[in-house]
Amino acid sequence: MNAERAVEALVERVDGGETVDCDGLSVEAGPEGYRLELPELERTGLSTEELRRTLSAFGEYATNWRYWDRVGGAGTARRAFLRWCERAPVPGEATPGESDPEPLAVPDRYDALAEGIDREWGQLLLTTTLAENGDRRYDLRHVEDAGAAVEDLDTYDEPREARELTTFDEDGRYRPLKTAPTLVPGWVFPSPSATELVSAVGFFYPATVENWHREREGELDVDHWIDTAERQTGIYDVIDELPREAVDWMAEACCVDSQCLRRREWEYDSEDPIDAPGGEGPFPCREPCSLVIAAARSWAIDESEESHTWEVELTRGERNQIEEIVDAVAEGRTEEIREADVGEGANRYRARYLRAKRFGGEDDGDEGGEGFGDLVE
Amino acid sequence: MQALVIAAHGSHLNPGAARPTYAHADTVRDTGAFDEVREAFWKEEPHFREVIRTLESDEVYVVPLFISEGYFTEQVIPRELRLSEWDPDRWDSEGTDADWATLEAEGKTIHYCGPVGTHDAMTDVIVRRAESVTDDPDVGKGVGLAVVGHGTERNENSAKAVEYHADRIRNRGRFDEVEALFMDEEPEVDDVTDYFESDDVVVVPLFVADGYHTQEDIPEDMGLTEDYREGWEVPAEVEEHRIWYAGAVGTEALMAEVILERAADAGADIENAIDRVKRATAEMADADDRGSRAEAGD
Ligand code: SF4
Repeated sequence: MNAERAVEALVERVDGGETVDCDGLSVEAGPEGYRLELPELERTGLSTEELRRTLSAFGEYATNWRYWDRVGGAGTARRAFLRWCERAPVPGEATPGESDPEPLAVPDRYDALAEGIDREWGQLLLTTTLAENGDRRYDLRHVEDAGAAVEDLDTYDEPREARELTTFDEDGRYRPLKTAPTLVPGWVFPSPSATELVSAVGFFYPATVENWHREREGELDVDHWIDTAERQTGIYDVIDELPREAVDWMAEACCVDSQCLRRREWEYDSEDPIDAPGGEGPFPCREPCSLVIAAARSWAIDESEESHTWEVELTRGERNQIEEIVDAVAEGRTEEIREADVGEGANRYRARYLRAKRFGGEDDGDEGGEGFGDLVE
Repeated sequence: MQALVIAAHGSHLNPGAARPTYAHADTVRDTGAFDEVREAFWKEEPHFREVIRTLESDEVYVVPLFISEGYFTEQVIPRELRLSEWDPDRWDSEGTDADWATLEAEGKTIHYCGPVGTHDAMTDVIVRRAESVTDDPDVGKGVGLAVVGHGTERNENSAKAVEYHADRIRNRGRFDEVEALFMDEEPEVDDVTDYFESDDVVVVPLFVADGYHTQEDIPEDMGLTEDYREGWEVPAEVEEHRIWYAGAVGTEALMAEVILERAADAGADIENAIDRVKRATAEMADADDRGSRAEAGD
């Protein structure tokens, strides 16, 4: 690796009176010559020539400094995220959902970068590798496309084009929730700059990097269910009437990892946790999203109705079949159930048969009720 | 550093709702006038709630991509952006003259602008829309123009905005006739032909995005088509008039200029970005028009 330019830039920087401090490398100029510190050694009173020579011998530290110096953005989420991508030390605490591998010191990191360091961010796979001059190269693609040749994927350069990739799922259905685990594979951003990488991630999963960063810094501003619900006005004014246990069901319905890759950090309120798994992903969800708010309105209206006891005649098999139908819809499996899979309760013919027999048939309309069961009380 | 946030409604159901927002954001991005440009939504992501933290800039200009002052611009957006000092009086508006208010949120200075729909520059966008749908840069002589909005039922200011621009265009004397028409009150868009003597009438709905109202209701109500799914001709013959139906004004590329004007009014330093957008969108309009002409009536 050619560290010459990095060494020159570094000498110039300390000559300008600044102390360079980066990932174990520390250099400053003083009246008695330069002071250089590395994990392996400490030198003082160095001449410029000696400083150059020593730095060149530890060229990785010099190019590492130069790269991060140019990335800039001290204290920003962008910088922290890019460092996380290559397993460099990042200030703050690892987030709860993460199985975060240990950060790597410069020599180990450079070894790993030579091969490429992979990190997963939801369904995104981010790979950082080392360029000839110590710069980084990035590659951003779907986790399912790990190992695919770039030529076999659709290539993209403009981060904003990610918006198009996030709009529809594989069946062409609109994805109103960007963190739903339904991102389509088959594309790659083969060589985004650092800025473009972070920007593209922002288009795929808006604000996830910034909230992850806040969480690491211990500054994530979680808005729990009841506060968020009470804040609503207009048609969503009603959602704070959702009963306590319904909030558990709602979180189980919408926020588990099979439905959304954000890790739910909001609870009913700060003292009353929700009884559903929050998820394991690296990026947190800090308040109920607009989709949950919209669904909550339906549930709040449903829940304002009283329960009744109904008398319904069903065989045991039919009762089980209803359960199978609900499961199939809830898991989004109805499309997979084949026409002639009449062993499946949620098979279309089976459901039509049940409707003909127990639900008043095809003409019963959308109102339900009429053909199904009698009110007991 | 300065950032622009375009605050729009978005949709959980319609993937097209955000398209104009994206297009205008990209036009502004391409001018390079702002260090950062973000789209933000009520129903999509990034949500209003989360957008400010995605910015590194300290000065943030927020422009609502809404037609009128009302519930969203006065309550929802400021609340969700955490503009705790906000009060609608800060705009000192009678319904169509909001300018901007400078507030704080999340440690940044937020210049909260009035909606695009009531800015004077919007008048030009309506006219540009009429030019592009007729493919005539000089359209006006012998032609009537209808500006269409919701009525007052949902929001009294929405009707005011429609009338405001209709008045301004009428005063310019470019079109033979100009009328403000409404979906749920008199004068109703259903009877569009009753209100015009000109054979040719251009109909421009003052909506930010195409959707149910502009692509289903209005075309059917005006009698352009029996069934919106079958589309309609541009122009379409209705009771001996030729109706040039433009679809939502918000899809017009020149909207990006209104966004820039709003931010510039509030103090954003955008140099000559407005002129560049004017030129770029004029070219886009030309190209679009050739495209849409081929599709008309599909
Ligand atoms: S509220 Fe639930 S569904 Fe919505 S983003 Fe958060 S975790 Fe996902």
